[in-house]
Amino acid sequence: MKTYSFFPGCSQLSSAEEYGVSAHEVAEALGFHLEPLKDWNCCGASSAHMTNHLLSVALPGRDLALARAVGRDLVVVCAACYHNLKSARMQILKDESLAAEVEQIAGLNPRYQGRIVHLLDVVVEGVGPGKVRERVRKPLEGLRPVSYYGCLMARPREMMEGDDPDNPRNMDELLAALGAEVKPWSYKTDCCGGSLSLTRTDVVVRLVDRLFEAAEEAGANCMVAACPMCLANLEMRQKEGKLRFNVEYDLPVFFFTELMGLALGLAGAGEWFSRHLVDPRPLLSRAGLG
Amino acid sequence: MINALSSGLEREVEERSGEKARLCYQCGKCSTGCLFNFAMDILPHRAMKLVQYGQKERLLASHAIWICASCVTCTARCPNDIDIARVIDTLREMALEEGIKPAEKNIPLFHRCFLGNIQATGRISEPILMGSYKTLSGDLLSDMGLAAEMLRKGKIKLIPSVVKGRRDIRRIFKETRR
Repeated sequence: MKTYSFFPGCSQLSSAEEYGVSAHEVAEALGFHLEPLKDWNCCGASSAHMTNHLLSVALPGRDLALARAVGRDLVVVCAACYHNLKSARMQILKDESLAAEVEQIAGLNPRYQGRIVHLLDVVVEGVGPGKVRERVRKPLEGLRPVSYYGCLMARPREMMEGDDPDNPRNMDELLAALGAEVKPWSYKTDCCGGSLSLTRTDVVVRLVDRLFEAAEEAGANCMVAACPMCLANLEMRQKEGKLRFNVEYDLPVFFFTELMGLALGLAGAGEWFSRHLVDPRPLLSRAGLG
Repeated sequence: MINALSSGLEREVEERSGEKARLCYQCGKCSTGCLFNFAMDILPHRAMKLVQYGQKERLLASHAIWICASCVTCTARCPNDIDIARVIDTLREMALEEGIKPAEKNIPLFHRCFLGNIQATGRISEPILMGSYKTLSGDLLSDMGLAAEMLRKGKIKLIPSVVKGRRDIRRIFKETRR
């Protein structure tokens, strides 16, 4: 069984526990193993690079050094962690004086040469939609999702290697393989404002509302995310958007791994859905998937 | 508005960010595509012009540098390959270093609480982050219902997860302090 190093990220310890659990179970079902990186630390998220550039390379630099010591490719599921780890690695490998500085600060060699890859891309580019389709036991008929990547997986452009940063399609292909009726829309990589969710909620509510209205206009009955920050923000601010703009929509947001678990018939799948702030269970039962 | 000019601003920003701010020719693609433009007092392409013009005070005291969420759309669309998001990061860093009173009080405060949490435990723990941010910002009442709901759904863990290599983390913060 192929084994990857796995970077969980802070949100999997709390708000997005179901994302981590479903990621591990889906990986095992598809024949690969995610081995958590021992003693990983927070990548610094937005707060590090917005206030202190060197810190924003040194924090993920320690994680890169840990990954280097293990020597396997590193799988990430949070778009923010993915962006920060990859960005730090690009800077470290390009600029030897920065690499030396980080090495001295972190006390470890951060020149990690392995790949940093999002789980979505491992599933679509590594396993392939055809193989996933063969494993589907419960096709997701009745679900009409839009794929939502958020901003950080696709930007800057070199973040996305096997997919198109202007119109990424890996998630569409995966969801179609699971039997869902994927709806096209133009907002796949528009920012949800997550980093301002607590500080400028008024601004964020407007962005979140715009996404939900666009999803509904596209004919979707749910959204699918590949980032725990996006999902938390979309769920936390949905109700406020409806109140403020006096609109009606009821769109649950899933992690792509949860829908994979559901379609593949994994035993744990039922439990994940009870943890959402926007309860997806009414939709699932209407679709005969509950 | 007439301000004191800082003739070295363009060079300072370029040296710190590694980006050629002088290449901006004001096409405005960054500002058109910016999802936060409605909340900004200085649009991204105007911020670039003000960097060229040495308008340091206006930039560092603006709302815009803090409203930018670093979604990097501007950078992806710039025809001159300027990493505009990185330039904004540099302006934020400079504003903090120079002790400029931020136009958006709570945003840099949130970053300070976030980094303080990492410094203490190596990973983010919602009760530590939220507790420190809510206390220091004085914004105690908003999102209380949401916090209760998240607690009920098990989305907030009361016991923080702590990194064993805390000495590494402390050294990283100490050595990168400006």
